[in-house]
Amino acid sequence: MIPVCRTEDLPEGGAVRIEIDATTPAIAVFRSEGALYALDDRCSHQDASLSEGWVEGCQVECPLHAALFDLRTGVPSCLPARRPVRTHEVTEADGMIHVRPAARENTVREDAYA
Amino acid sequence: MRTVTVVGASLAGLHAARALRAEGFDGRLVIVGAERHRPYDRPPLSKSFLTQRPPGDVELADLRLCDREEEDALAAEWHLGTRATALDTAGRTVTVDDGRTVRTLRTDGVVIATGAAPRTLPGPPLAGVHVLRTYDDAHALRTALHDGTPRVVVIGGGFIGAEAASSCAALGLPVTVVEAAPLPLVPQLGPDLARICADLPARHGVRLLCGTGVAALRDGGTGRVRAVELADGRLLDADLVIVGIGVRPATGWLTGSGLRLDDGVVCDAGGVTAVPRVVAVGDVARCAGVRTEHWTSAAEQPATAVRNLLAGRTVARHETPPYFWSDQYGVRLQLAGRPGPGDAVRIVEGDPGDGGFLAVHERDGCTTAVFAADRPRPFMRLRRRLATDPPGSPGPSGTPAAPAGAPGAAFWPYCSAASGHRCAAPTPGA
Ligand SMILES: Cc1cc2nc3c(=O)[nH]c(=O)nc-3n(C[C@H](O)[C@H](O)[C@H](O)COP(=O)(O)OP(=O)(O)OC[C@H]3O[C@@H](n4cnc5c(N)ncnc54)[C@H](O)[C@@H]3O)c2cc1C
Ligand code: FES
Repeated sequence: MIPVCRTEDLPEGGAVRIEIDATTPAIAVFRSEGALYALDDRCSHQDASLSEGWVEGCQVECPLHAALFDLRTGVPSCLPARRPVRTHEVTEADGMIHVRPAARENTVREDAYA
Repeated sequence: MRTVTVVGASLAGLHAARALRAEGFDGRLVIVGAERHRPYDRPPLSKSFLTQRPPGDVELADLRLCDREEEDALAAEWHLGTRATALDTAGRTVTVDDGRTVRTLRTDGVVIATGAAPRTLPGPPLAGVHVLRTYDDAHALRTALHDGTPRVVVIGGGFIGAEAASSCAALGLPVTVVEAAPLPLVPQLGPDLARICADLPARHGVRLLCGTGVAALRDGGTGRVRAVELADGRLLDADLVIVGIGVRPATGWLTGSGLRLDDGVVCDAGGVTAVPRVVAVGDVARCAGVRTEHWTSAAEQPATAVRNLLAGRTVARHETPPYFWSDQYGVRLQLAGRPGPGDAVRIVEGDPGDGGFLAVHERDGCTTAVFAADRPRPFMRLRRRLATDPPGSPGPSGTPAAPAGAPGAAFWPYCSAASGHRCAAPTPGA
């Protein structure tokens, strides 16, 4: 488990971005309606940081082109994002928040037919 | 309507096709696109795409706007590498040319989504001179940028010029930007913000020459550009020139169609032209007197225009405040709304001299636009308020918004009595 921040540093509706190492993509941790969520920070569409996004209920809206991602599953519910972002396990105990980065799967690239 | 033809297979055209199916149109859907590529996204072409050594992480497959599954679901007839050359609004036909054969397609409805094409400089074409609009343009430019250490001159300090210059600087190339106006980006950002952003190039080692136009490109008789001659007589050595002097809406094929053309296809706020069952969307459309060249407008307008097309009249208007972003010199700029020439600009967060900041444009107690440099989160909050605030909401200082029809009306439709809204004045920090 990797420490993210102290409980009080992630208030309701807030987000924290953590960088783990050079090879692990940054993770965004959100608190919304009392629950904690952890997702890859980089939007699956283009170059934007979801920790800068707009959190409402169990969704985050990307700050660049407004794709919505489900905080529970990482699945986008509208364009322009089409691919999900990964989700990670997140826990809160003794006043600290931790994440366990998901194992990295090989990203399957769709066949290029353009 | 049995057949709808979408002309232009890029962002706006694809969104129109999606909207047609989403609205339940189950007739024949024909998509005609001059480029041979399936719809792809342009914004990365001046940014991450250029800075990667070919082939880089961002390739055509990563820029695609729809996947095969969605394409199958659209059940459209694609004519790619095919240019529309004429629209006969009386006979209801579109003439198309794929380079080998010219055909006439019968259609009931037409969505015009042909976008815009770069302006070029007069004179014969020279090797080493590039424009940047399509994937093929970007591919050719990237290949040239990665071949040795070319001295680059960018003509035009608008968004494309600035982003291209910034990408060249990131590659370590010597870059000069030539801008005819006294300051770049004044039309896009307004004078105050343009002044604040004007030192970005210098901070990244890019030379910016303002207030002088280009007299000619010089090739020394080789057919390849060697230098750029400025209007004031100066000569800039150049191995590579990027011309970013704006675009022209792609309306040439509509000459003689009976549609009104005036810096774009003239249509109302719902994308509806004066000709029945012909709508226009994206960069080519001049909607209610305004033509935007932004990604978000091209993605949003089609839903409205398609509803109107299927209804046979204007039942919906696209009224969301315009929004664009630009990434240059490591800074993300975002602007939403319509800044007017007389607006007061107020910095509400951060310090322009020291990293990111958030600013609002105000006029007569109304917030007309919101601007951010590297402040995506608070920008998003204000942008949402700009779009959604109910009439008569309090102004930034807690005072009631100016009455409807206040003098700011000319710049911001949300302030006009006609639109039924009063201004949406976001309260910074709310
Ligand atoms: C390099 C670059 C970077 C950009 N960056 C940003 C950014 O950071 N932020 C932002 O908000 N916007 C940005 N934009 C603008 C944005 O990409 C455009 O607003 C958007 O592409 C407009 O979409 P469109 O479908 O209306 O037109 P286009 O994308 O221009 O597409 C029109 C299509 O129609 C085709 N066509 C033209 N004539 C014909 C014909 N006669 N018959 C058939 N087909 C035809 C063209 O070949 C083209 O494929 C950028 C644009 C470029 C070029
Ligand atoms: S970068 Fe997130 S929606 Fe485009």
